[in-house]
Amino acid sequence: MKTRKWVNYLWIAELSYLFLGLFNILFAWLGMVFFSIPLLVAIFGGSKAYCNRYCGRGQLLRLLGEKLKLSRNVPPPKFLRSTWFRYGFLTFFMAMFGLMLFSTYQVFTGAPLSQTVTLLWVFKLPWQWADISFVAPWVGQFAFGFFSVMLTSTVLGIVTMGLFRPQSWCVYCPMGTMTQGVCKLKNGKKARIHGRESQADCKLAEDTGQ
Amino acid sequence: MTASLRIAHVGKECVACGCCARVCPRAAIQIAWGISACVDPELCVGCRKCAQVCPAAVIDIVEREAVL
Ligand code: SF4
Ligand code: SF4
Ligand code: SF4
Repeated sequence: MKTRKWVNYLWIAELSYLFLGLFNILFAWLGMVFFSIPLLVAIFGGSKAYCNRYCGRGQLLRLLGEKLKLSRNVPPPKFLRSTWFRYGFLTFFMAMFGLMLFSTYQVFTGAPLSQTVTLLWVFKLPWQWADISFVAPWVGQFAFGFFSVMLTSTVLGIVTMGLFRPQSWCVYCPMGTMTQGVCKLKNGKKARIHGRESQADCKLAEDTGQ
Repeated sequence: MTASLRIAHVGKECVACGCCARVCPRAAIQIAWGISACVDPELCVGCRKCAQVCPAAVIDIVEREAVL
């Protein structure tokens, strides 16, 4: 469909985000867009339209895995696809996010700024070249923390893209789990009433914008 | 058109990522309610394309009578 074409290039936004972050860490703040839009779509629209159509990260993983054939294209191990792992990883991710917010708060109340990006929650990468002297230290601290989250999830996404199927990250992506959880809370009853196995049910879901 | 003997069946652990819907040549899949993929049995021809991309490996191609 012609009108949908621009949608196919959102992976460029994802890549640009990572490059801009390398150039100046304050660009990390732009990532709030990738964080808030899917949640808003799920909360107010009751759908996973962001995942299904607009996610630049999903597109990037497909580009690498399908077009460039960098994926082994085998199903991920069972534990990775299990509900406990998906919700466990979401909980862990949110706990780490909370810690990141707490350190931002500490800097806000006078603690020294830590100019590092932490990869995979363990590896501290020095990031001394970033010029953040023109903003409040806590603004910089949040940027370091947020970029760490985005870089970590990108690395995990790329590793599981290579090892398993291109979009294996989407199985345990905290945003994907969260938006599906919101949709379950919002639409679970309707879905139970109407089911999802017959043509009429599919049509009904489609008619209601799902 | 004669209906195929086999059809895609989506398991309960679907993560609603939409990978299957994207590759279906018959546009037989919708992501219903943001919760799960939903296969239209009238359109599905059991070609297996969706099962090959599903990252959660929850799609089985089964005998049509088994689900309808
Ligand atoms: S699950 Fe995560 S990475 Fe995958 S499409 Fe949704 S938001 Fe994007
Ligand atoms: S088996 Fe083929 S026709 Fe049926 S839903 Fe999957 S991709 Fe579509
Ligand atoms: S690809 Fe698999 S997990 Fe994703 S929506 Fe389709 S059936 Fe569900």
